[in-house]
Amino acid sequence: MATEAFEEIAETFDFLDDWEDRYRHLIDMGKAMPPLDDAFKVPATKVNGCASQVWLVPHRDDGLFRFEGDSDAMIVRGLIAVLAALYNDLPVDEVAKVDARAELGRLGLNEHLSAQRSNGVRAMVERIGQFAAE
Amino acid sequence: MFDIDAVRADFPILSREVNGKPLVYLDNGASAQKPQVVIDAITQAYSQEYSNVHRGLHYLSNLATDKYESVRGTIAKFLHIADEDQIILNSGTTEGINMVAYSWAMPRMQAGDEIVLSIMEHHANIVPWHFLRERQGVVIKWVDCDANGDLDPQAVIDAIGPKTKLVAVTHVSNVLGTVVDVKAITEGAHAKGVPVLVDGSQAAVHMPVDVDDIGCDFYAITGHKLYGPSGSGAIFVRKERLAEMRPFMGGGDMIREVTRDEVTWNDPPMKFEAGTPGIVQTIGLGVALDYMMGLGMENIAAHERTLRDYARDRLNGLNWVNVQGQSATKAAIFSLTLTGGAHAHDISTVLDKKGVAVRAGTHCAMPLMEHMGVGATCRASFGVYNTKAEVDVLIDALELCHELFG
Repeated sequence: MATEAFEEIAETFDFLDDWEDRYRHLIDMGKAMPPLDDAFKVPATKVNGCASQVWLVPHRDDGLFRFEGDSDAMIVRGLIAVLAALYNDLPVDEVAKVDARAELGRLGLNEHLSAQRSNGVRAMVERIGQFAAE
Repeated sequence: MFDIDAVRADFPILSREVNGKPLVYLDNGASAQKPQVVIDAITQAYSQEYSNVHRGLHYLSNLATDKYESVRGTIAKFLHIADEDQIILNSGTTEGINMVAYSWAMPRMQAGDEIVLSIMEHHANIVPWHFLRERQGVVIKWVDCDANGDLDPQAVIDAIGPKTKLVAVTHVSNVLGTVVDVKAITEGAHAKGVPVLVDGSQAAVHMPVDVDDIGCDFYAITGHKLYGPSGSGAIFVRKERLAEMRPFMGGGDMIREVTRDEVTWNDPPMKFEAGTPGIVQTIGLGVALDYMMGLGMENIAAHERTLRDYARDRLNGLNWVNVQGQSATKAAIFSLTLTGGAHAHDISTVLDKKGVAVRAGTHCAMPLMEHMGVGATCRASFGVYNTKAEVDVLIDALELCHELFG
């Protein structure tokens, strides 16, 4: 079991059987996610993707991991919302235990974790892991 | 007679599906697919005719050398070059231009000397010159294209000053599709005593190229865009320039004699071909060029003009699509953005789900993207095997993007 927030997303995705509906939902999640304050869109928070720009701001609150993120691509924003549900509010030492590939696979979105550098999701997951290990 | 069905049947990959949909391959500007004859030639070379080249007296070495060396003549025929000794075989345009930067430009440029570039250059025709700027104070002078993506040859010629040592321009823009009048640029530059390098990576794929007619000093091509293997390519270097060039890489093949204290060079073009080359890749390139010449470059160009006109009409009919580059004579290359929330990354992801392969990003041409005032774009670039029906699939997929992203 992943976080409650992620399980809710997984349940919704279970109802959506074709890719178009899943992407429609993912895009809606992206549209609904609050944007990152421009003050945080600086080189230090930028994740090196190729096709789109991605920013990620991780922090610790009372031993819990949280991050905010943003992208200029709507599908990537949706994926950030999914990752937020997957990771946010986990105890920091549990972050490394999350199998992002397997969890995204449950949503049929694991293709975004492919070796391609261009979508930045893989780089985001790596950045989250690094932060939690610090 | 150009038979599109027969051409499509020559490319086995076109019959596969992607994401459950028939593949619509519109990423030819990045790299083209390979016809069966090229694939067979690679298999044949490795299974029956393989050895190192230029090095042995045995049967297979002679056979491989003959096959490999004959490609020089094929390239000369393809580019209309009278003397094939002016063709240096390499791994592609990036290597070709880097070689010119190192072998020809670097030793003859002082701080303050200039290279004139168009804003439409691919990074492969920018970064080697940035090396010279960084390392020895060479100045890069940029010539902009207009809002349509057209480049005025006179503007390039006018940018040439007393300190200009080279003009380096693309023949066809990989982003906008603009066809540059490289012959007029060469005439104007030569009148001022300045050599011209032409990046032919995109042009040689889409239209007949006559290098002797253009008159330029360097013309670079890349095999993987020409329906040939990756890691193959060539650069034409005019005899006078060859004589001025120092070797680029050192190693086997490019030397005549090596002693403890001295090296003497082989004659050009071998002088610039160090080490074991991409033997089979080059043989495959020769077969790919024969394949293109068999179809006829005029026929290929005519087919792609039809596709261009059809795609242009359909794209221009959608008021939420912005096509970058509206040059009247452009190649069938369409870089586009959508009004509203869709980023190039979003578009290409949805297109991929529909089986349509395009490139998303800045297309190794960041100065041009900045000049055009766009971030990332989606690029649909057409090739010899594409059809009007595939344009329709692209348009349908774009309509879905418009609906999804608003």
